[in-house]
Amino acid sequence: MSGIKKIFKELKNFPTAIVGLVIITILIIVAILTVIFIPYSEAKRQWRGDEAAVYLNPMNARPAWTNILRKDKWPESFNVVFSESDDVTYTVLPREEDDSEFKVVTEMSYSFEYDYGAFPQEILLYFEADYINSKPFIEIRVLTPEGRDIRIIRKGVAHTETYRFNQDLKLEQKLGEKSALIGLFSTIDPKDSDVPEVAKGTYTITVTSQTFEEGSNVDLEMVLHGLVFGATGTDHRRRDLTVALLWGVPIALLFGLVAAVGVSVLSMLIAAVSVWYGGWVDTLIQRITEVNMLLPFLSILVMIGTFYSKSIWTMLGAVILLSIFSAAIKTYRATFMQLRNAPYIEAAITYGASDWRIITKYLIPRIIPLLIPALVLAIPGFVFLEASLNVLGLGDPVLPTWGKVISDAYYQSALYNGQYYWIIQPAIMLIITGLAFAMVGFALDRLFNPRLREQ
Amino acid sequence: MGEQVQTPAAKIKKKKRDTAFTRVMKYTGVRLIALFLTVAIGVYLTIMIANMGGYVDEIMKGSIRENITMQLRMDDGYQEMAPEAKAAYLLAKIENEEKRLGLDEPFIFRSFRFLLNALKLDLGQATFMSSDKGSRSVRLIILERLPSTLLLMGTANLVLFFVTIVVALILSRKYGSFWDRFFVAASPLSAMPSWFYGIFFILIFAAVLKIFPFGGMIGSPPPETTGQYILDVLYHLTLPAAALIISAFPARVYNWRTFFMIYSSEDYVEMAKAKGLSAKRIRNRYILRPTLPMIITSFSLMIIAMWTGAIITETVFRWPGIGRLIFRAIGMNDTAVIVGTTIIYAYMLAATVFFLDFIYALVDPRVKIGGSKQKQ
Repeated sequence: MSGIKKIFKELKNFPTAIVGLVIITILIIVAILTVIFIPYSEAKRQWRGDEAAVYLNPMNARPAWTNILRKDKWPESFNVVFSESDDVTYTVLPREEDDSEFKVVTEMSYSFEYDYGAFPQEILLYFEADYINSKPFIEIRVLTPEGRDIRIIRKGVAHTETYRFNQDLKLEQKLGEKSALIGLFSTIDPKDSDVPEVAKGTYTITVTSQTFEEGSNVDLEMVLHGLVFGATGTDHRRRDLTVALLWGVPIALLFGLVAAVGVSVLSMLIAAVSVWYGGWVDTLIQRITEVNMLLPFLSILVMIGTFYSKSIWTMLGAVILLSIFSAAIKTYRATFMQLRNAPYIEAAITYGASDWRIITKYLIPRIIPLLIPALVLAIPGFVFLEASLNVLGLGDPVLPTWGKVISDAYYQSALYNGQYYWIIQPAIMLIITGLAFAMVGFALDRLFNPRLREQ
Repeated sequence: MGEQVQTPAAKIKKKKRDTAFTRVMKYTGVRLIALFLTVAIGVYLTIMIANMGGYVDEIMKGSIRENITMQLRMDDGYQEMAPEAKAAYLLAKIENEEKRLGLDEPFIFRSFRFLLNALKLDLGQATFMSSDKGSRSVRLIILERLPSTLLLMGTANLVLFFVTIVVALILSRKYGSFWDRFFVAASPLSAMPSWFYGIFFILIFAAVLKIFPFGGMIGSPPPETTGQYILDVLYHLTLPAAALIISAFPARVYNWRTFFMIYSSEDYVEMAKAKGLSAKRIRNRYILRPTLPMIITSFSLMIIAMWTGAIITETVFRWPGIGRLIFRAIGMNDTAVIVGTTIIYAYMLAATVFFLDFIYALVDPRVKIGGSKQKQ
């Protein structure tokens, strides 16, 4: 205990190590909170990108905060469930004389301010209709701030139906612009006649429904997809990047820690066994190390990922297995060789200590100063390795991770399309995590191995 | 007659030389056999993994059956045959195709034949891939990609190797200075792999500033004159090479600096300083000379690393080198190409390890070949 305390006391002399420790602590807290508040099943569901999980999200939306940098704000997304909203006015129109017994005409209208400098990505209307035989009939109109009253569509609706403004080619032709929504939201007299410009102000959407049966009813949810969304934006499959950025924390920490601890401890143990038993055991271990160093690490990992399984556990296991018999074993072996002939070991042998006792109680404790810095310094490498595997297409298929986001962004040519947020955010998370461990590791290295210390 | 008379001194001398010679020969032989076995085991393991212990064959057999059935469906002559004849014809065609791909033997035999060919450096034919010129020979496919990988890795590694050593030498003499502290502080930056820097370089220099291309090795269409062609390749080379160099730079400088510092605090260096030798002489004779084995090891490992290329960096920059070849080969399950690159890598590494032992003996008088049991 006192040893650990002493280390912490000495670490105080390394400001970078303190910064690193603070960051690591924050990351661990974030990881725990993430796992508690976004349970694994929920994260998986969101990341699978089912319509139900992502229907509110626009595609490739920038993070909402980017609007601070813009003079002309980009539209934010919103949704209104007509039957649940207080802002929707309902009017039941008076019956006409020749109407059938059950015909009811209802007008639902909703007004919203649109003061943005860009056109919305899409407007969707999700209809839900109750009826037995006769489909209800609806008419949608939009009143623009400039007083244009545009009829969007008239049609019967089935039990569930979705209407997308930008996919209606008839509407697009009618409005005569590149897309229906540009036609709908653009002003009549733009400054530059070639560039459509948004008419700012209040838009009113009116849905008139005619039902023909008793108890028949139409409800709808309107979703406007803007160009910015949430704290971190969305990707090409409309998934909220926040899920991946948050879930990336526990996964990166887990992968980095398990791999680093596994590799360091196992290679140290094997080196200890190799030196202690010597003879053919030593030779065998040395040969295995040499064979392993001949194998191309990444190629083998890619093969395992492609042919066997891409699960994070398989990859983790493969990474550890391939990294145990590496150059580190030679370093540990050299150190154990020196220790082996030390007088206190001879004393232990004389009083009849067992092999296991000598390895665990006398050899290993002496190697801890070498082990711990190496272990901490190995973590960033493994954290980035997980990202590298994702870029190679070997990421766990269901897990949202930083590397997965970067590789998606890369393969969707995010950089080429100017969607920088998509790559920068996960990259910053990786850098912060990697650097935090590296800073602590370097400090520990200088602490345990004073020969490296300045002065 | 005089020949038979030998002085005792000469006798002893001859005997001594003999033992030194036989010792070296014996050591060389043992070492060569050991390294050869190591290579063989490494290559065999790669073959096993690349072939999934024979499971890939089942997948391939399935796809052959499907392809041939599909082909025959289009064949009018086949459609008119009697049912039994149809079945026999189909079976014969499948067998023929399996024979062409060498699937008719059991995997275990095939794996050893593969190993034998591999060790003879007969890399065989690719199953699915072909070179840009259309050849199926694995050797030609690899050779075609080799120059671009050597260009990229060679540029990056040579710059890295020499510049880091020079910078580290300067820093080791001025420790505590601003630049020394700077590199110590910057060394954690090397935790980020080169492709990661690559993505940022693409972001900054290609996407935002638009002064460098996003990737590739040559513009489209390629320039006509040789001079312009070279300039265009260099222009495309800048970003990937910079990514490789900058990602490794701080840690390399830090390592060399620490290494040189340990050697320059030796007593004999202090002694040389006290004698009043010039700084240049101290550097060359007292610091660089004893660190030569380490520098040579680092240099040769660097050369080996050039062979596999940088798989992800090359993929990110769409650089047509061996790294991308390996990635594509793995995507297409082309065992022959994967194993081919591994064999070359294994041979290179083994040869380097072998020659290093002798080079150490040449540059470091303390090392005696086969003399002591301390090999490292």
